[in-house]
Amino acid sequence: MPNSGQDRLRRHPILSCPEPDLVPFGFDGRILYGRAGEMVSSALFANGVQVFGHHEKDSSAQGMFCANGQCSQCTLIIDGIPLKSCIVPLREGMDVRSVEGIPRLEDRPGPRVPSPAHRTVDALIIGAGPAGLAAAIELGKAGASVIVADDKDRPGGKLVLQTHKFFGSEEDCYAGTRGIDIAGILATELQAFPSVEVWLETVALAVYSDGRVCLRRPGGLFMIEPRSLLTAAGARERSLVFPGNTLAGVYGAGAFQTLVNRDLVRCAERIFVVGGGNVGLIAAYHAIQAGMTVVGLAEALDCCSGYKVHADKIRRLGVPIYTRHSVVAAHGSERLEAVTIAGVDDSFSPVPGTETTFAVDTLLIAVGLESVREFHEKALAFGMRSYVAGDAEEIAEASAAMFTGRIRGMEMACDLGLCFEQVPPDWGRKAEILKSPGGEVFPYEVPREREGVFPVLHCTQEIPCNPCMTSCPKDLIRSAGDPILGIPVYDGGCIGCERCVAICPGLAVTLVDFRKSSDRPVVTVPYELGTWSLRAPGQEMVVTDWEGEVLGSGLLRDVRQVPGGRRTVLLRIEVDADIAARVAGVRVQDPADLLPEPLPRQVPVSDLSVVCRCERVTAGEIREHLRAGIRDLNQLKALTRAGFGACGGKTCRPLLRRLIREEGIPAEEITDLTERPLFAETRLGMFSGTLEGESEDVRS
Amino acid sequence: MSAHDIAVLGAGSVGVPIALSLAEAGQSVICIDSAPSPGQGNNKCAIGGIRATHSEPAKVAICLDSIEIFSGWKDLHGDDIEWRQGGYTYVAYDEPTASLLRGMVPAQKASGLGIDFVTPEAITALVRGIRRDGLIGGTYSPGDGSASPMRSCHAFYARARSLGVDFRFGETVTALDASDSSISSVRTDKGAYAAGCFVNCCGSQAADVGRLVGLDLPIFPDCHEAGVTEPVERFMEPMVVDIRKAPGSANYYFFQFATGQIVFCITPDPPIPGTSVSETSEFLPMVAPRMVALLPRLANIKVRRTWRGSYPQTPDGSPIVGRAGPENHLLAVGMCGQGFMLGPGAGRLVARLITESLTERDRETLEALRLDRNFGAEEALK
Repeated sequence: MPNSGQDRLRRHPILSCPEPDLVPFGFDGRILYGRAGEMVSSALFANGVQVFGHHEKDSSAQGMFCANGQCSQCTLIIDGIPLKSCIVPLREGMDVRSVEGIPRLEDRPGPRVPSPAHRTVDALIIGAGPAGLAAAIELGKAGASVIVADDKDRPGGKLVLQTHKFFGSEEDCYAGTRGIDIAGILATELQAFPSVEVWLETVALAVYSDGRVCLRRPGGLFMIEPRSLLTAAGARERSLVFPGNTLAGVYGAGAFQTLVNRDLVRCAERIFVVGGGNVGLIAAYHAIQAGMTVVGLAEALDCCSGYKVHADKIRRLGVPIYTRHSVVAAHGSERLEAVTIAGVDDSFSPVPGTETTFAVDTLLIAVGLESVREFHEKALAFGMRSYVAGDAEEIAEASAAMFTGRIRGMEMACDLGLCFEQVPPDWGRKAEILKSPGGEVFPYEVPREREGVFPVLHCTQEIPCNPCMTSCPKDLIRSAGDPILGIPVYDGGCIGCERCVAICPGLAVTLVDFRKSSDRPVVTVPYELGTWSLRAPGQEMVVTDWEGEVLGSGLLRDVRQVPGGRRTVLLRIEVDADIAARVAGVRVQDPADLLPEPLPRQVPVSDLSVVCRCERVTAGEIREHLRAGIRDLNQLKALTRAGFGACGGKTCRPLLRRLIREEGIPAEEITDLTERPLFAETRLGMFSGTLEGESEDVRS
Repeated sequence: MSAHDIAVLGAGSVGVPIALSLAEAGQSVICIDSAPSPGQGNNKCAIGGIRATHSEPAKVAICLDSIEIFSGWKDLHGDDIEWRQGGYTYVAYDEPTASLLRGMVPAQKASGLGIDFVTPEAITALVRGIRRDGLIGGTYSPGDGSASPMRSCHAFYARARSLGVDFRFGETVTALDASDSSISSVRTDKGAYAAGCFVNCCGSQAADVGRLVGLDLPIFPDCHEAGVTEPVERFMEPMVVDIRKAPGSANYYFFQFATGQIVFCITPDPPIPGTSVSETSEFLPMVAPRMVALLPRLANIKVRRTWRGSYPQTPDGSPIVGRAGPENHLLAVGMCGQGFMLGPGAGRLVARLITESLTERDRETLEALRLDRNFGAEEALK
């Protein structure tokens, strides 16, 4: 039975996991099974394969890093052609081979496509994520002819990975609704506008000085001449420099979310996360939702930079957060076996003697995002009418991306002379609010009442979020400050409807009910993990305070599904009156499973860390040249090959900047790399197009 | 004001090896460039081909010297400049091309070049997968080759520096101060430098710098785009040049670099004047059909990057090298897109000229490359 032995999610608290319809394909001469249409890389992960080949320079194992079509680490030989496997859908009978050294170029027919076709449109939008779709809707309302191009096989961008409920405000950006559902809402809304075309599996290759943008579609190339261009291409994940950073099993938190939440692959058992921004915190949460163990999360700062409610949420489930710690080594010969972390000092250098090693199979890198804005920058340089929105403009939450996308769409329509509606004057300020990172943390207090029913708001940080206020049917929760940003305050009069508990994206509202018992009240706690293992009534549960300190235990009385299908369940837990108001969640991970190895493993010297993954250039080589006085990164590239590889410097560029900073070299002494097309490698035959008539389906 | 024997203006494909040869000859040299590091103009736009296969004997002579330097560099100095002696083949798929190429062979041999017109079988053995249909044959010059322009330029630079050349980057030449019939100093936006002799190696900006001493140099840059693919296992040895014309383009050429990538370039026809380095949407759709038709397996190789540089052309396709204008002023300009391959040989030639140790052949070479020559006949293998 091909289905047995597959590493796939069988059930998930939020996502439905239909029995996969598997088809056979070849991998290095073996027959494996995958889901038709899933990305080839995901099919291999589902078969337990994470090593995709070996580098010609040092025979090091190559695995996936971004799962986002950016980094090229997942290249496999697919039907004879080396392709990025994370954007190639699996077909029955495909011949997939690992890349061992430099691939061979065989004599085989090239892509059957026509010559590049030319089109003129009012607006070309690169990226069908939250910003791109929101902009397209506004341009559609104005009747503009629009092409929205996206390299994925479905619209939504990163929304399709986001199983959590959104922050922001219900009015502006669907707060309280899950990202996966918002993707569908936007895509459906867009269908009402016949002048807008969404081109999927379409990769933007170049923005040229003659005003044309080259797009690669499965059927051939297009040279689009847009009257205006919007770059809404999102962001790519940053990497981190430490020995072992390219082992198979070390990859981006976004890549992980893609594997798990989009492709339903059970790609890991034991995970460590580096980086306490929202991406890392949410990835840890998603891992637990998928039934994996999160051994810990390291954050170099004193506290996580992500929202406090996200950090508290995973602490309550039992994830240790190691602040002022970073990863100093990943261990293993090909696959990751363990990770060593260490405390860091004020300059973020590891403190010797503080190393701790954890056995894990997966390390998620969540150390920040880099805007994808090369298209916008080229367009500006060539004098085109160019706009940018969402993460491509500024890294923030998807709620903000949707809002800035809307604004940009309206601005573009007006600039094209198709003004449908002016941007309301207060939207600029609102966009800034939605982009806010976590702000000030106010003192935490819980109510002292021992009677009646009331909500407890375990939310003391200013973040752009207000669904608890807008969902209360009695209007009993108000903001202590700005209507979206301010922390919520409860004024009394609760009727116990539990809506605020169910909608809170941070799972930071509980309801305490003393009405039936004054010494054993019932606390309603939101819960987004699988309910299949819960036994109600009667199961004993470990309850914690807001930051994960264990308060004691409680008895599960019942499990209530939330009306409206938001897929949060409400656990009603009977606890002692003394702790009731402080109960904020339940612990699910057993601390005994999260212990480090008895002794730390030896950490290799940091000069061996890889900076340029494509060309296997180490930090040591880069430092040597910087110390010899090299300041022009183009010269550095010529000398080391860093940036010459398949990804075009997308991964190593931010790392180079970091090394330069660490060396104490002022940024103004540095000449940056010159960017050149193509922004994604493409077969020469796609440009030679001699075909008349029917084209085949090609993806490179 | 610091004083040097020689001021070399330009630190690119030509200026750096000239500075090196002069330093090797014991001269004190200052070398000035507006870019932040060596080779950041057209050097890094060069695709890396190095050939002595020209029709003009002066260029053959210079490039034979260059090849000696490139091919021996690693053994002599240790840096890997990715030199590879893969040869050049000019292929013929029609009779006019075949007879043109055949006709040049005797003169090329007489200039000292190892070259023959070879059979289709010989070419298919050198370039696996090349279209056999219609192939008449072609020239093959096994002594030609390729190297990394950027690594070579840096290697020359590092050695020149170790020999005491004073490089000034990020400085733009603004004036050449002349008294009587000679130049006393060069001024830049950051300083002034006195020297006994001044060499213009300014590539695409050569005519602008020439005007500073009242020279009207017949140099007209035009734009060329080039590209590089992913690396693949070696399947071809020489640079392949197809000199046929097609709508929109003249010749095109490509080779497999030392590390496996295919590097390629095409000549737009009519030429696109200027020095723009902005990429256009025309290049790949223009070059791809021609390359794929010639070597069908290239349809499946992935293009990694494209870029644009300029060829500082002269009316006859040959450079201008030698004394001109003020008595202590020299030119090494108008390399017509071949500055990388001509640079090291030109460096030695200029050093011998300045140190008054010219050979008889050097005198013939310099005679052919004078500024005041008749630019009538165009070089056939431009």
